[in-house]
This record gives sequence, C-alpha cells and structure tokens, in this order.
Amino acid sequence: MKGQVFAITLVVISGVATFIMFISTVDSLSLTRDTFYREYRFADVFINLKRAPESLKDKLKDVPGVNQIETRVSAYVKLAISGFPEPVNAAIISIPDDGKPLLNRLYIRKGRLADPTKDNEVVINENFAQAHGFNPGDRFAVIINGKWKTLTITGIALSPEFVLLMKPEAMSPDFKRYGVLWMSRKALSKAYDMDGAFNNVVLTLYPDAKLSDVLAQLDTIVEQYGGFGAYARKDQISHRLLSGEFQQLQRSSEIFPTIFIFVAAFLLNVVMSRTINTQREQIAALKAFGYNNIDIGFHYAKLVVLIISAGLVGGIAAGIWFGKMLGGIYMEVYRFPFLIYTLHPKVIIAAVLISIASALVGTFHSLWRAAKQPPAEAMRPEPPAQYRVTLIEKTGIGRWLTQPSRIIARNIERKPIRTFLSIIGIAVACATMISSGFFKDSIAFMVNVQFVLSQKEDMTVAFAESTSRRAIYELKELPGVHHAETFRTVPAKLKFGHRSYKTRINGIEPDSRLHLLLDTNLQAISLPPSGIVLTDHLGKILGVKAGDMLTVEVLEGSKPIRQVPVVALVTLYLGVMGYMDLTALNRLMREGDAISGAYLVTDPMYSEKLYQSFIKMPRVSGTVLRRNEVRNFHDVQAKGMLFFTFIATLMACSIAFGVVYNSARIALSERSRELSSLRVLGYTRGEISYILLGELGLITLIAIPLGFFIGYWLCAYIAQALASDLFRVPLVIETKTYSLAAAVVLASALASGLIVRHKLDHLDLVEVLKTRE
Amino acid sequence: MIAKEGQANDSVEVVFQVRDLTKIYEMGEVEVHALRGANLELYSGELVVLLGPSGSGKSTLLNILGGLDTATSGYVSYRGKNLTKANEQELTEYRRFHVGFVFQFYNLIPSLTARENVAVVTEIASNPMVPEDALALVGLTDRLDHFPAQLSGGEQQRVAIARAISKNPEVLLCDEPTGALDSKTGIVVLEALERINRELGTATAIITHNADIAGMADRVVHLSNGRITEVKVNTVKKSPCELQW
Repeated sequence: MKGQVFAITLVVISGVATFIMFISTVDSLSLTRDTFYREYRFADVFINLKRAPESLKDKLKDVPGVNQIETRVSAYVKLAISGFPEPVNAAIISIPDDGKPLLNRLYIRKGRLADPTKDNEVVINENFAQAHGFNPGDRFAVIINGKWKTLTITGIALSPEFVLLMKPEAMSPDFKRYGVLWMSRKALSKAYDMDGAFNNVVLTLYPDAKLSDVLAQLDTIVEQYGGFGAYARKDQISHRLLSGEFQQLQRSSEIFPTIFIFVAAFLLNVVMSRTINTQREQIAALKAFGYNNIDIGFHYAKLVVLIISAGLVGGIAAGIWFGKMLGGIYMEVYRFPFLIYTLHPKVIIAAVLISIASALVGTFHSLWRAAKQPPAEAMRPEPPAQYRVTLIEKTGIGRWLTQPSRIIARNIERKPIRTFLSIIGIAVACATMISSGFFKDSIAFMVNVQFVLSQKEDMTVAFAESTSRRAIYELKELPGVHHAETFRTVPAKLKFGHRSYKTRINGIEPDSRLHLLLDTNLQAISLPPSGIVLTDHLGKILGVKAGDMLTVEVLEGSKPIRQVPVVALVTLYLGVMGYMDLTALNRLMREGDAISGAYLVTDPMYSEKLYQSFIKMPRVSGTVLRRNEVRNFHDVQAKGMLFFTFIATLMACSIAFGVVYNSARIALSERSRELSSLRVLGYTRGEISYILLGELGLITLIAIPLGFFIGYWLCAYIAQALASDLFRVPLVIETKTYSLAAAVVLASALASGLIVRHKLDHLDLVEVLKTRE
Repeated sequence: MIAKEGQANDSVEVVFQVRDLTKIYEMGEVEVHALRGANLELYSGELVVLLGPSGSGKSTLLNILGGLDTATSGYVSYRGKNLTKANEQELTEYRRFHVGFVFQFYNLIPSLTARENVAVVTEIASNPMVPEDALALVGLTDRLDHFPAQLSGGEQQRVAIARAISKNPEVLLCDEPTGALDSKTGIVVLEALERINRELGTATAIITHNADIAGMADRVVHLSNGRITEVKVNTVKKSPCELQW
C-alpha cells in the first residue's frame, strides 16, 4: 500500500496546501491592509475641489458624523528624469508643516520627511523610487505650476492611500511613469498660490455616521468651491482595486481546494474498500475474538486518519510556504510597509476537519461493510465476481474483440461507479490544467482586443484642463504626428434606479479611426450621434440594457444632471466607462468645442522629440504610450500568473498521478491472479500489460475530452467569479492549452503506468497458482 | 509398451529429461531444499502421476518442468532443449506453444465465458483447436456461454482442461487437478484427462497427494523430501471410474 498511500498523500498535500495558501494569503493581506489602514489612519471620505479657504474646514468638520479632517493641496505634475526620455507624471500632495499628516500618514521606508522650511524637498513613493533606482539625496526636475524646479528626495514612503498605485486614466499600474510626491504644505501652497486655501480634503467618520448623508452634506458645502463630489473609501481607486483583487483571491480559495478534497476522498474510498476486501478474514477473526463493530470501524478510521495526517502535515507546511510566496508576489504590486503573515488556528483546524471528514465519508461505505459482516461470512472467501457480456459487445463489435480487449471492456463495465469516478478524477486533473492555461490565453486575448482592435493610438495626450478644440492644431503640427483625434473626458456619476457608479464618460470623435467600440462579436460599431454607450460590465453593475434611460450627474464644470438613453453595450475587458459622441457630450455639458486631450498616431523616429515637446507644453499634463500599457499589463499579470500556473500544474499532475496510480495499483491487486494465470498460459509481459494498462489508457482517453468539457465550464465559472472593475476575464481557451492539459495528464498517466508495469514484470507466477481466489 | 526409467526405447520419445535437479528457496534466513537432486524422464504419450505428501517437492518439479520456475542446479531438457538455460522470453514461448497447464484452483479468467476462456489460449497458439471442440472433449458443449461464476467447481476445472489442451500441447501438466473437488466431480475431471491422453496422445503429468489416483497412470513417480524415491509401472491401468476415495 506504500505507493498508494504516497499518491493519496500527494493529493491531500496539494489540496491542503492550496487551501492554506489561498486562505492564509487572503487573511494575511486583509490583516495587513486593515492594520496599515488603522495605524496610518486611512481616510473614510475624500473630496477634490477647485479652491476653498482654510476657514471652510471648520464648516466641514461640523457636519454630523465627521471625526477627523485634514485639508491638503494637491496637484498633478510633469517630471523630467535624466536618462529616462519618456513623459513621467506624478500626483503631488501636501503634508502639514508641523510634521506628520493627521490622516493618510506616511510610512517612511528610507530617509526623512521634507523640511517645511525648504521649498525643494520631497518624499516619493516606494514603487516609483524602485522603478527609477532613486534614493534619498537624488534629484529630478518637475514642472510646478508652469515653472521648472529641481527637487531633492529626502525620503521614500508608503501611504495607505496608494497601496495599489495607478494613474487615474490608465488601465494598469506603471510605476516608472507615475509616482506620488509629498511636499510640505507651505512650499506647495506657495507654488500653486494656495496660501490659506486648499483643494483637497480627507476625513474620517465616526462609526455611527451615515455615509450617504455625510457625503450629501459635504457636497452641498463644497459645491460653490468647485467641488468634484465627495466620495467614500469604497470609490477610492487604490482601495477599490485592492478590494477587487482580494475578492478574486477569495473566490480562488473556494474553487481549488474543493476539487482536491473531492479527489482525495474518492481515492481514499477506493483504497480503503480494496484494503478492507483483502482483510475480510482478519476482520472476521477479530470479530470472532469478540471485537465489536465499533472497535473494527475505529481501527480502520484510525488508518484513514493516519494516511491523511501525513498529507495534512505536508500540506500545512507547503501551504504556509506557498502562502508566503504568493503574499510576496502580491507585495511587489501592493505597497504595504510589511506583510503580516497570518495563519489562524481555525484555518488549520478547518483543513484538518475537512480533510478527515471527507476522507472518512469517502471510506464510510467500506468501513460499514467491514463492520457489519457476520464473522462466518467474512471468513469465507469472496464469491467469484459476477460478469456479464457488455453492452458494447452486444452491438456486434464484440465479435472483433480479442479476449484481452474483452477482459478490459468487461472490467470497465463491471464497476461502473468506480470507473466513472476514476474518469471524473482524471478529467478534473485535466480541467485544472486547462484553468491555469486559460489565464494566459484570456489575458493575451484581452490585450489584443483592448490594445490592438480597440485602441489603435500610439499615444494619448491629456490636457491639464478642458481646452478649446483648436488645441489639436498645435499637436498636429508637431513633427512625427501623423494623425490626431480629439477626446473629452468627464467625470460623472451614472445612476439607474437605486444603483449608481462613479466613472468617466469618454467623448470621442464619431468617425474615429483610433478608438473603436466593439460589440460582443468584436465588430466595430459606429458611435450614435446621441445617447451613451456603456461597457458591458458597467451595464451589468447598473442593471441597464440598451434603451434604458440613465441619469448622468456630471461631476465637473456646471455639474449638469441629465437623462441620457443607453444606446448600446460594448465589449471592453479593461476599465468601466461610458462613451459618447464628442459633440453630444459637449452638448450635454453645455460647453462649446471643449476637449480633454488627443489620441495620436506618431512616427516612432520622433518619439523622443515629441516627449520633449509635450513636457514643455504647459497645457499637456500627461502622456500615455500604448505600448507601455500593454507591457505593464503583462508585467503585472505575469508573475502572479506564472505562480498560479506553477501551482495548477503541480496540482493537476498530483491529481492525475494519484488517480491513475491508485487505479492501476488496485487493478493490479485485483487482477494479479488473473494476469499471472495468463502469464502461465504463455502470455508475454507486454500482452498482460495491455490488459491492465489498456484499461487505464482507455479510462484516461475517455477522461481527457470530458476534462476539456469540465475545464471549459470551470473557466467559465472562474471568468465570471473573477470579473472586477479593473478587468474582466474573457472566456478564451486556445487549442494549445487543451493540448498541454492533455499532454500533462497523459504524461502523469504514463508515469504511473510505467511504475505499475515494473511491478507486472515481477509477478510471482508460482505463488498465485497455489492460492484460491 | 512403456519404457521403464533409465531404459532406452526406440518406439517412444523422451519429452523431459531431468538430471540432478535441485531447488533451494531462501525464506528469510532459512534455506528450504525443495528438490535435492531429482532424476527422471517423461515419455511422449504416457500418463504419469507424481505422488507425494505436501512438501515433497512435486509442485516444484512440475513448475520447473512447466517453465514457471528455475532450478538452483541440475539439468532439465524438453525434447533436447535445455530449459535450465532458457531466458524469460524463451520460457514464455515454451509455455505458449508447448505446455498445457491445469491447476488446483482452475485459474479461469472470471470476466470471460467458458468459450472465451479457451479462446484466450487458442488466439495466441500456433496450431489450436476450435474452442468449441476443446469444450466438447470435456463434455461442456452446453455450457459454452457460461461465466466461471455460473459453473460448478468440476465444470470450471473441465473448462481449464479444455483450455489447456486447446493449443494441442505436447505435454499437459496438472497440479492437484482434483484437489478442490469432491470425489465424484474429481472422477469426472480425471476421466476428461484420461480421454485427452488416450485420444490425443498428449503426455500428461498429474501431481497429487491422493494415492488412489495413481491407479490410472502408466507410471507412478513417488516423491519424498525432495527426492524421487520410487518409480512404479502400472501393469494394469485402472479407468478413472474405477477409482474411489
């Protein structure tokens, strides 16, 4: 039983390890996040406005429910970093002159805070520092309010506000091209003429505060100061992205361990029922000596627990190891000052109880049979197995079968449930493998749709403020610009019934060549002259379909509130947005020909020159390069995915090996007599291997297409479960992924087949003839 | 006329020749001498009973003759071919084409019917009978499509005999063929063996610890403690139906 126990142990280890890995990672990241938020006082509510006098702060503080409040000055700046020609942007945020911020405190990793008496010192965020290799003392240039200024880095910090840092309009994090700078309030106010004023507020609430009421009251107060709408933590970009990712992790922690526990229970069932069958006589003898059913049942339960224990110990150890590894991978993207790795005892207890319970349930039937047998009956050998002519033979194919093939067919049909479960087990291994490849396929597909089919521009240039359409001519005249199209972006709250979502509406040119909207069949659709087009995910969030009337509350300018019909839902895998015809959007805004930026097709030869021009153009606040977006998306996903693929492959192999090996061993122990008899009759080793391994081969071959099918549905479930605001996973599985899954399963089956074949070669022909069946 | 041991006879061929055969099993630290220098010839067409108590070495001898086991020392030849030097592949081939086996516990394939159990052998043999004919020889024409579980012990053993002779083997080796059967059924099985030997002329060796069976043999070889102690020629062969135990 050594080999079989090993195979079961492998499966239990995989199951327990994934369970522990996922749950402990979710728990650790949640605990880390909560601790960081609490200790570094992450705000509950955020407000951006144009400019308000500091005296407004008291008024805001008087709003019932508001606990602590802090006003800040913030801006969006362009940077020039020597040796890095591409445009770099940063958010610059004030810190109080008397030292530590009250809210959204900084964790200083290196160096110190900026000196409030100096106007050229900044603290920068860690991702950004690492991306450029910055250390305290290093300098870079920045355009602050139209003026070049050289800043010295005094410290490298982390903030609960930017755990997952992403440029507001970007699709994925880009630590090289977007950073956060913290500067003393005095220096920053001076630079932006904000003395005695602020344009950003963060505040915390009392636990009993009613969020919606507070937000409404705050909005009313800041309205006349150009408020862009107060928003809660759940809409804060870093927090929102983080929550989405945590949710994905949580879902994964439900899917995969379940698969394993099922497989482990099944394997134990098969092994235990076989063990008990071979030990009928011992059981009978024990009962004859006066042991009762409970004693016997308990004896085998102990055996099951013993087998499981090894897997549990290994699984818990591996789970902690994998959990720390996965936590480490997440920490490269999520910036927490520390990772508090935590494994609640209750998680271990759950793993132990679930494993043992499922194993006992799996073996219960066999245990029950062992316990209930009257001793006299148990001491007799089992009656000869009953066989029938199989259905497949009755179809007429039977005539063409050789006797060995007939033996295979009849053995498979005689134990339909076991055969079925073996097939399911192998199919699940195949499906697990497909689910890991699926991530790669779907991301490749997603990137292709987003960055090849839908967004064809080389660069996106954003203006600091909405500008007259004429600004486009300035861009078109630049050397290397082949084509330019304008766009207008407006922050807005979209409401339908009781549901609402804060996002941006993108107004694009109706006959755009660069920004195409795709329907569910990936065909470009023309933008209707009026009405709004939503990404399908946003449609789902809001519960709207084409034809519904949406309430659009614009969050800038004159803040109009309008009813706009939804004209279509489009397929976009990244982001959650609304699209309108540029003219229609401007009409809605009651603004003239305003634009927020332009999409450009450029000559790569002129890239560096263009970057220099954009840095110098005061109106241009930022530039996004499409190829960077593609690369970043891959970079961020790649590591996590590689790890996941590794785990999934490990799991798939262990399941496939565990199931096939156990089936093979049990078949061998059940058939060794028959196979030895055939050897005596003159069958060669190869010929008897065919009978045993042919059966397994057949089961594997049936299991693989079934595995494809289950894999497809598993992926469909994962895709649906993992959909977040950041991205949706399209259900795309390449042929390559299916082939690889089949190959891994076949290889595992072959490996276990070879081990069993080795045993077949050493059958004791003489021994088997002396014993009765 | 059957030749006596050690006597050359032109009219019959030597099928097996056994010289100074020993077999030592190592059971942990204990050595078990199963054969201690046995010498024997078996001739074509004869029916030999190897008689001895359990542990006398008779099964070991039969297993070595059948190519299922190898000797520790000594010499065994089958029709002049040295079996002691044969490799695994040659032994398999030898069993496949030349030897028929009948075992105490039948060793039928439970998933195959009587007919198919015979076909298992006829499919791989070079000069086989039709399975139905083999089963007819043992009187099982009406049980062709029954599975082992549907047959009585005697019927199962007759299927095993049919299977053993269906390849038209030159020798038939039977290890306690009636050991698991009552005497009445056992006699039916022995009748089948006697008929095969008589009609097909297949050299047949039957191992038994039952001295009553010795009456149907041409020669009776007594084994004791790993040695052949006596070879007796039956001047009058009994028919199996005359036997009783």
